[in-house]
Amino acid sequence: MKTISNFFGSPKINKSILILGFGLIALSCSDDDDAPVAVDEEEVITTMTITLTGSGNTITLQSQDLDGDGPNNPEITVSDNLLANTTYSGSIELLNEAESPAEDITEEIEEEDEEHQFFFTTGGAISGVTYSDEDSDGNPVGLSFELTTGDAGEGTLLVTLRHEPTKPNDGSLADAGGETDIAQSFDITVQ
Amino acid sequence: MNYRLLLLFAFCIGNFSLAQECNSILLGEIVDFHDNTPLSGAYISVTGKSLATNSNDEGKFRFQDLCDGVLELEISHPECKTQFITITLKGDSFEKIRLEHHLEELDEVDVISTKPNITLSAQEEKLSQSELEKNSGRSLGDALKSITGVSSLNTGANIVKPIIQGLNGSRILILNNNVRMQDMEWGEEHAPNVDINSNQDIRIIKGAAALEYSGDAIGGVIIMNPLPIARTDSLFGKTQLNLFSNGRGGNLTSSLIKSYKSGLFIKGQGSYKKLGDMESPDYILSNTGIQELGVSLTIGKRDFIQGWEAYYSYFDSEIGILRASHIGNVDDLIQSINSGQPNIINDFSFNINRPNQEVTHHLGKLSYYRRFEGLGKWMIQYDFQNNRRFEYDIRVGSDANKASLDLKLATHSFATNIKLDAKENLEVKIGLVGRYQTNFANPETGVRRLIPDYDKYDLGIFTTATYAINDDFTFDGGFRYDFNRMNAQKFYRTSRWEERGYDIDFNDIIVEDLGTQLLVNPIFDYHNVSATAGFKYNIGNENLLRFNYSLAQRAPNPSELFSDGLHHSAARIELGELRIKSESSSKISLSLEKNSTSWGYTVAPYLNNVNDFIILEPTTVEFTIRGAFPVWSYRQTNAQLLGIDMSIYNQWTTNIRTDHKFSWVRGEDKSSKTPLINIPSANISNSISYHKTAWNNLTIGLESQYVFEQKRFPENIFVFSPQEQQNVELDINTPPDAYHLIAFDVESTFSISKKNDFKVGLRATNLLNTSYRDYLNRQRYFADDLGRTISARIIYKY
Repeated sequence: MKTISNFFGSPKINKSILILGFGLIALSCSDDDDAPVAVDEEEVITTMTITLTGSGNTITLQSQDLDGDGPNNPEITVSDNLLANTTYSGSIELLNEAESPAEDITEEIEEEDEEHQFFFTTGGAISGVTYSDEDSDGNPVGLSFELTTGDAGEGTLLVTLRHEPTKPNDGSLADAGGETDIAQSFDITVQ
Repeated sequence: MNYRLLLLFAFCIGNFSLAQECNSILLGEIVDFHDNTPLSGAYISVTGKSLATNSNDEGKFRFQDLCDGVLELEISHPECKTQFITITLKGDSFEKIRLEHHLEELDEVDVISTKPNITLSAQEEKLSQSELEKNSGRSLGDALKSITGVSSLNTGANIVKPIIQGLNGSRILILNNNVRMQDMEWGEEHAPNVDINSNQDIRIIKGAAALEYSGDAIGGVIIMNPLPIARTDSLFGKTQLNLFSNGRGGNLTSSLIKSYKSGLFIKGQGSYKKLGDMESPDYILSNTGIQELGVSLTIGKRDFIQGWEAYYSYFDSEIGILRASHIGNVDDLIQSINSGQPNIINDFSFNINRPNQEVTHHLGKLSYYRRFEGLGKWMIQYDFQNNRRFEYDIRVGSDANKASLDLKLATHSFATNIKLDAKENLEVKIGLVGRYQTNFANPETGVRRLIPDYDKYDLGIFTTATYAINDDFTFDGGFRYDFNRMNAQKFYRTSRWEERGYDIDFNDIIVEDLGTQLLVNPIFDYHNVSATAGFKYNIGNENLLRFNYSLAQRAPNPSELFSDGLHHSAARIELGELRIKSESSSKISLSLEKNSTSWGYTVAPYLNNVNDFIILEPTTVEFTIRGAFPVWSYRQTNAQLLGIDMSIYNQWTTNIRTDHKFSWVRGEDKSSKTPLINIPSANISNSISYHKTAWNNLTIGLESQYVFEQKRFPENIFVFSPQEQQNVELDINTPPDAYHLIAFDVESTFSISKKNDFKVGLRATNLLNTSYRDYLNRQRYFADDLGRTISARIIYKY
């Protein structure tokens, strides 16, 4: 017991205990339990809408994935069949509907068009796609394009958006490289 | 349970107080360390008491009326270095004390190597001072790899997480100057935020046997302590400069210590590192530069009776992540794996661009100890840590310069323990640890939080004991109880909440429904028990046998519970699991050692059975507008790790020595009878060195390291590729081929004066510029590992 009284009697120790005391005060001061703020995912593309006009008709192809990297698959809709042997002029609109109001991502692509390019891979009754826009360096972007159909039948259209691809490229995904921002395929009936 | 421990505590104190008897006599003899001749005129004092005497002509001295227990003697002699020795007195005793006559031969290294192990029965190893100097410009993980059974999980060359006997991350604890690092060790791409140059006595314990530090270190403990500071009036320090050809940069580290005879000391230390893009044999690894700054300051006073210390350290690192490893979807990953070289190769640059990470870590500590005569040593400590992590991805538009991840983790810990060592053959330690931790995930990132806001409370209580039956046979054992409470506030997408089935099991924790998102408040409590027992047996003078059994439990970390989102660097969605409970490991380890001047070996097998082992592995595939992503989910299974670490050395002549090391581990998921993911492959290393003291301590070494191909790995998964319009095999689990690397090292020391040493070394790693990829480097899908690196080191001691 003698040692214990020695211990508390020593002035050096009192100082140490004071210092430790401050530490304990710091320990007991915690942040308030404020509820955190919800984050609406920015710059995520939830919706791609492709509008095709030709022969007086307007057809839309849409891929919408409102939960982003959540478990739900994108919902793919094709409003109508395309006509055989017709040229459609197409345009692409990209939205982030996770934010409200929805954010127009198309504008960001337009602003940074040297760093982006859409690629169109066609199959079956879709004969081909040609670009009808270009970036400030004269390379294609793909926000507007022309799509040509062949004879009636089933066709596929795969739309890929690449960020920072090699530009110019030979139009193939392999040559372009970069990172994939969108990769969606549409099954289309041509009649 | 707490009640019983309290009883034990009370019992021990009562028991030890009785041990106090103050009529013992200590007889001593002081001799020269080299030739055993008696040293007369040495001054001997008992620390903390007004007892002092001189040795007589036969080198003898005597104290009487001493109390039994631990006491410290200070011995000084005009021709020798002052020494402090601790002895345990039990009745009348005789001590023979050897003093070092030749001051200049007393190297720092020798002083440390005489320090006993931290545990007695567990497999334990220490990093040599020369290994540390060779790795001073690299990371802690790189340096530790020289120890058998230690490998690393890398993200490129600069993010290196140590793996001990097959386990990493939260299963490994890093103790930085007696402070448990709290630096988001849960992430695979989170490197330990420590400067290897700050605390240079580095040891590892392979397993959970050191219960005084934690009960959950199933993989092991890395202990970084400062080198001991002698109680003399002096000013000394060390500066080391390292230059690297690969990365075209280097680092500078310097320390300065002022010590006083009173035991007071002040130590300042700082390091700065800057490297540009690293290079593989065939191309530049674009955006793999690093910049690091570490500063630490210690002030304290130590003597035998009491001591205190205030320590502060700051560590800042900015690390570039290989540009080509940032990918968009599964097709990009397949393309990278097949192409054999990175998609983006730019000219060499020192700039660190996106993607990158920036981490700062503050650590402060106050500690105090006091020795009570006839009882033991009491310690109390408070420490504070603040870890801030920014991770930047490649983003577009107004978000381009915004971090994608911004976490602030603050931790306060309080610890106290008492070591009861008054009895000569029994040492008992009892302690308590309390910890509060708070994580804040900044919503300004505009990216959904990967790790939520949370508060975590830990309380641990332990007792450990070592008991020496005789000089050759020592037992150790311990018991620990830990309580952890995790209180988180997390947003779930409603779709995810339902997909996981949480709407059935956790409906009562929903705080707010925001339509597409739910705010929930999970509060989870974990009760963990750990225990260890083992022995050490000296078989003659040079042989040693250790046996240890450890039971350890670990509560899930925030990543295992709450992960929820897309990782661009791996093109995968990672999902935590709220239902995860603690995992528990039972490990048996054995170690047979021989150490003689001419040769020695260590054979150390182990078997670690982990029930409810928490594992992250690919389970399914999900589709987004970007295409397909494999989903990696955390789940629990029963796992087994069986392995062996072996090393042998032989001193062929006075100049030539060879070292040989081998380690192997086999990881198995016992439930599904499949191999575990990310288990290090077997590796063997052989080195030969030539040392000639007469030629300025010249040392020339050649090292060979052969890493086998990992033949046991989980099966690859199949995913739908939008580009191919069909299911394709995602070759993410197949390990790369075996590889063989050669390193060369030469070093020499020049004494400028009695005190000042100048050491120069040259080192080449991957000497043959071999192209290789390592199974445990997460960037192996994108690029080759490092090519040849030539480095120079200059060390100046003053």
